[in-house]
Amino acid sequence: MTTTSTQANGSGNTSAPIQERDRVTVRFAGDSGDGMQLAGNRFADATAVFGNDFSTLPDFPAEIRAPAGSLAGVSSFQISFSKHQIFTPGDEPDTLVAMNPAALKSHLSALTKGGLLVVNEDAFTSGNLKKANYPSNPLSDGSLDGYRIIKAPITTAAVAAVDDLGLSNQNAERTKNFFALGLVYWLYDRDLQPTLDWIEDRFGRLPNIAEANRRALYAGHAYGETTEIADAHVRVPPAVLKPGEYRTITGNQALVLGLITAAHLTDLELFYGSYPITPASDVLVELAALREYGVRTFQAEDEISAVGTAIGASYGGALGVTGTSGPGIALKSEAINLAVMTELPLIVLDVQRSGPSTGMPTKTEQTDLLQVMFGRNGESPLCVLAAKSPGDCFYMVLEAVRLAYQFVTPVVLLSDTYLANTAEPWPVPDLNQLDPIDVPYRRLEQTAPEDFQPYVRDPDTLARMFVPPGHAGLQHRIGGLEKSDISGDVAYSPENHQRMTNLRAEKIQRIANFIPEVEIDGPESGDLLVLSWGSTYGAVFTAVNDAREAGHEVAHAHLQYLNPFPRNLGDVVSRYKKVLIPEANTGQLRMLIRANFLVDAKGYNEVTGQPLSARQLTDAIIQLSND
Amino acid sequence: MVLQTPPLEPVESIIPLAEEDLNRKDYASDVDTRWCPGCGDYSILAQMQRGLSNLNVAPEKMVFVSGIGCSSRFPYYMNTYGMHSIHGRAPTIASGLKLSRPDLMVFVITGDGDALSIGGNHLLHVLRRNVDVKIFLFNNRIYGLTKGQYSPTSELGKVTKSSPVGTTERPLNPLSVALASEATFVARSFDTDPQHLTATIERAARHHGAAFVEILQNCNIFNDRAFADYTDRNVRDERLLYLEHGQPMLFGENKNKGLAVSATGLRVVDADGPDAGLILTHDATRPAPDVHQLLARCAYPEMPVPMGVIRQVTTPTYGDYLDSQIEVQKFKNRHDVTQLLRGRSTWQVE
Repeated sequence: MTTTSTQANGSGNTSAPIQERDRVTVRFAGDSGDGMQLAGNRFADATAVFGNDFSTLPDFPAEIRAPAGSLAGVSSFQISFSKHQIFTPGDEPDTLVAMNPAALKSHLSALTKGGLLVVNEDAFTSGNLKKANYPSNPLSDGSLDGYRIIKAPITTAAVAAVDDLGLSNQNAERTKNFFALGLVYWLYDRDLQPTLDWIEDRFGRLPNIAEANRRALYAGHAYGETTEIADAHVRVPPAVLKPGEYRTITGNQALVLGLITAAHLTDLELFYGSYPITPASDVLVELAALREYGVRTFQAEDEISAVGTAIGASYGGALGVTGTSGPGIALKSEAINLAVMTELPLIVLDVQRSGPSTGMPTKTEQTDLLQVMFGRNGESPLCVLAAKSPGDCFYMVLEAVRLAYQFVTPVVLLSDTYLANTAEPWPVPDLNQLDPIDVPYRRLEQTAPEDFQPYVRDPDTLARMFVPPGHAGLQHRIGGLEKSDISGDVAYSPENHQRMTNLRAEKIQRIANFIPEVEIDGPESGDLLVLSWGSTYGAVFTAVNDAREAGHEVAHAHLQYLNPFPRNLGDVVSRYKKVLIPEANTGQLRMLIRANFLVDAKGYNEVTGQPLSARQLTDAIIQLSND
Repeated sequence: MVLQTPPLEPVESIIPLAEEDLNRKDYASDVDTRWCPGCGDYSILAQMQRGLSNLNVAPEKMVFVSGIGCSSRFPYYMNTYGMHSIHGRAPTIASGLKLSRPDLMVFVITGDGDALSIGGNHLLHVLRRNVDVKIFLFNNRIYGLTKGQYSPTSELGKVTKSSPVGTTERPLNPLSVALASEATFVARSFDTDPQHLTATIERAARHHGAAFVEILQNCNIFNDRAFADYTDRNVRDERLLYLEHGQPMLFGENKNKGLAVSATGLRVVDADGPDAGLILTHDATRPAPDVHQLLARCAYPEMPVPMGVIRQVTTPTYGDYLDSQIEVQKFKNRHDVTQLLRGRSTWQVE
């Protein structure tokens, strides 16, 4: 279904003057049962249709249902939207919707000074206040004086709106997120239609529930229109984006689409072996619903089996993929090493999360870089890539598949919780414009000589002659024992092990000849280079631009290829007096850069479970620039 | 001897046969075997090659996947495709392979440590899922490759290098594990009865679904004569029960004894005595695994040790279900990648 942008149906019907703003950031916060993720996603959809650029940041507890009203159970969804192109979901929200005291308590400190606060006053009962550790009611004790407040009876108004539909109390109260959403739609002049369409699509078979949600939405919108809310009616004009067809996409959705597209471009059967793990489970769940594309998903008994089945599928000539998060990578290490030794193509998706151990499963971090680089026994080089934005996950999957087959090697693609869950507008790619992906084994099957030997290598890539089972006369055995150069027989000779170790390393290094050089945004040499990788791209890009606007000359380079590094990287990092590497870890890329290039790179490191804050990073860049 | 078992599956309906008649040597690779002289693995290798030549499936359509251990060297010696993988994980690799390549016949070669200790989880699940792979567990009740530590099938109290005053743990019964895992084909044979072993291998290879075969295998270096009490030629007739589907469960030199149900399980009765009428007829296809479990628990010296196909039931495999889901969904739903990329809704920026 394609919808086109139409004028917001709420505009013009009200006496309150509309102010125009370039960019607004709104955060919805409530109990994890309050439907905040749903409200946020609907708002994002309406924003997309309206034509703003936007970026979202869902943040939820690992517990499915923490005790109602508790601080532990607060779930939030932030969306930033703009008339300009934006690269982050915003640092501080301008508007906070707090559905209960716990949500207010957890998120008030993030709200910009003088910001707009929309609270559900019905939820500020003595019981809920106590659960949120409020000694007195903040709505009446003056502690919110620095903010503009809309105290709305969201629960009672929503229940009243659906009064005659014969819903249970519980179901009637559940519509309060739609009431809040309607109110925020009025505040930001959004069109209700995309949400009304969605309600019909989602609840069409439950007409009563659909009607209740519709009414709550309208009631919230009308509440905004009829209540005297000074200086709160805001319009952010549509952004000027590159013309074309757009959709919204999250990082995990992009991984799914990337895999299906890669299977299409290679004409290989897609096999996805995975064990459910936050935040990678969605990839399994979404792929499982795409059987009509020939997708074989396999929910394994554990992480080891998940990668083992993917290796088996790959060995058989399918596109073998496994996906997980950091703890799963730890369990898969031995099997990934088998794929290194047997030199098989294999795609490993690592949607990183906060660690160590179970850590904070729903929070983001970039802390698996060194694990995927070095977390295996022996000298075990493989290719490592990292996506820089939700939409980029799609293109990096295609790159991972291209390199895995060209070099006959496992490739790890790093994403993280932030990319996985963040939504952004995405230009829909034209399938016919995508580069084809070559699968060399198809040619080898036809051209393999009579005296076929599985470890004969391509002179350019050093990729071995991988041929799946099934071809008469090419029978051979592979395995985890050291292989003899050329023949692939088991070998223990000292010279051979040295040679094979070197060949495996050299093969991965040669990938650098087949990937793009790193690009520099800003001066080609000079005082300060900010070097980033993975999901911090948006925050770093924003911070670098802000520092430039503050008068500092700063260059920015961003890495999507972590192993091997782009071939010009050593040269690039040596051309600046100072190199700053911001990361959501304690300095993993920095360690690699220092070790590889003997450059005294500085770190900007945050491990809070949240994406890097562009504002604080700007300060750090300016400070280092001044030093 | 030919085993009396349920009708043979037409292997060739799924896996292409060789064009000419093959013999044992066509399945043997030119790699020198490196097991200890006298190892039971030599016999198993020979019977595997013989059994497969009886099937006449083309060697290039076969893949042997193994884990780690003495037995797991097996793939090197077969003139088929093969992967000597990592400890305990062969069932996972074999599963992924078979599910994406239904045209291949996929074997797992494993041992008591590989399958029941480090790989226990995978064995359980590959059997439960009924992935169409043939699993041969060489049980020698010892860790041989690491030179003589006890294994999960070593007897309680067994003195080994890692249990100098005897083990303190009870062994697993591989057949019981397989049956409890809902295996659709469960059999046992042993290294020193080539005819029975060949027939059992052939039978397992023909099964449509996960096949599990325990092969009692002598390790003459670290656990010599582990099964000799009942597998030695001179005592076999008295101490082994050769199961044949549809035949009474008779054993003894003159088939003068049989198994009947007792209040607490199975009991031995005189085939010429008053309870002869109670002697059970073996039904490998019985859906409930109750009698099969009782057979699996029969152990020397109280009871005869069963050999042969204990259970063989036919039910769709994991791959059958998966492939039919794909077929049905392809028929029911649109599958246009361009459309998928566009998602549920898009908008135009002019």
